Amino acid sequence: MEAELRRTPLFDTHVEAGGKLVPFAGWEMPVSYDGIKEEHIAVRTHAGIFDVSHMGQIEVEGPGSLRFLQRLVTNDVSKIAVGGAQYSLLLNEDGGVIDDLFVYRLGPDRYLVVTNAGNHETDLIQFGLVAREFDVYVRDVSASYAMLAVQGPNARRTVAAQLHVELPPRMGVKAQRIGNRPALICGTGYTGEDGVELLIDPDIAPAIWSELVDAGVVPCGLGARDTLRLEACFHLHGNDLSADTDPISAGLGWACEEETGFIGAERIAALRAGGTDERLAPFVIEGAGIPRPGNPVVLGDETVGEVTSGTFSPSLDRGIGMAYLRSDLAEPGTALEIDVRGKRRAARVSSKPLYSKER
Amino acid sequence: MAEASYPEDLKYHPEHDWARIEGDEAVLGVTWYAQDSLGEVVFFEGPEVGSEVTKDQPYAEVESVKAVSDVVAPVSGEVIAVNEALADAPESINADPYQSGWLVRIRLSDPSEVDGLMDAAAYAASLE
Repeated sequence: MEAELRRTPLFDTHVEAGGKLVPFAGWEMPVSYDGIKEEHIAVRTHAGIFDVSHMGQIEVEGPGSLRFLQRLVTNDVSKIAVGGAQYSLLLNEDGGVIDDLFVYRLGPDRYLVVTNAGNHETDLIQFGLVAREFDVYVRDVSASYAMLAVQGPNARRTVAAQLHVELPPRMGVKAQRIGNRPALICGTGYTGEDGVELLIDPDIAPAIWSELVDAGVVPCGLGARDTLRLEACFHLHGNDLSADTDPISAGLGWACEEETGFIGAERIAALRAGGTDERLAPFVIEGAGIPRPGNPVVLGDETVGEVTSGTFSPSLDRGIGMAYLRSDLAEPGTALEIDVRGKRRAARVSSKPLYSKER
Repeated sequence: MAEASYPEDLKYHPEHDWARIEGDEAVLGVTWYAQDSLGEVVFFEGPEVGSEVTKDQPYAEVESVKAVSDVVAPVSGEVIAVNEALADAPESINADPYQSGWLVRIRLSDPSEVDGLMDAAAYAASLE
């Protein structure tokens, strides 16, 4: 028997808006409202709003916070100023990726960590185990927050005007009041567009959602979230990252600072020095076909990799993906084929990101 | 089209495919229900002209952003035309599943198979 699916504070709002609800990481979440393509384009050209309340939040507080986080996660947490944010990874001793996270510094000795829904419980166990060695207080605060991502070129100005709040800079966090309740506004996202993520009181989430939608922000589901993040070449844990993959192969060496002594640092240092057999690389299908996770990557008669994320790109109007490839083939420009259910589709390794306005 | 629709002049297969019988030929496609479940179709690649399709067996795939779905033949026959316009406009399968969104035309190899298909009322009832 499957466990009962959890619902976010916006569940009724999604149903009323005609959202198509699907199971995702133990939650019942909207995959789309009026169509993934339209929602995707709305975020690229205007502004979209996503319910990401399924994501977890863990608060870390106390005099040992910094030393605890330096041990726990891969990036150099000492570089985050109060009001700043940083991408980081949670590794096991073997350097496998338990989760990828955002760390926000709320005060001198106070941090908030945002986790992926499907990994939140595992993360909490790891946080708890490591916390025993440090003078910190770790709390699961997921139930205290609804989380809305408002993304797109017009996202910031709409949020600022409608909610009468001051916004943090990109990669920052600011405490504000929204709906007369304490809230956090984060200058982060998962779409490759400018925007904010709002951590707000669950009770006011439906009203805030409606206010932004009435102001023209387009409701978006997890389908568009996936196509947007893949165009931006952001990793999805469970697809592109797992406890069996390491950050160096995944192209996330930039988020690992071994001198901080994080769990798994020795392994990462060895991989960085010695190189890895495989590397994660983005690719574009040159003609017809849509790659999907699990598709083999082939060169002549040889299998040289496997697709971990694949979809149709609404911005590029063709199939795109990311695949772990034999390291010598992971350079942009390399021609390969993807075996899509028995049909070979011509593909070319690309540079990151796959889509960018600046191009 | 936004609202469910199952034309009276078509025959239906439980795997959400339709057939328009025209003498010893048939035009095949997917139903409103199928395209609505799949979401926006972004890719269709048909079989080769001259190939055979077999009743109850998949003969093509339609893909949306999120998913790929087999298209099952409601009746058997030889493919005599494929809707080439879908290569550039696969969204026709959503917008107009019974007219411009048709998939293939076949020459029936066993016209008696048509008797096993559902009419519009029976198919609509099967979706309840």
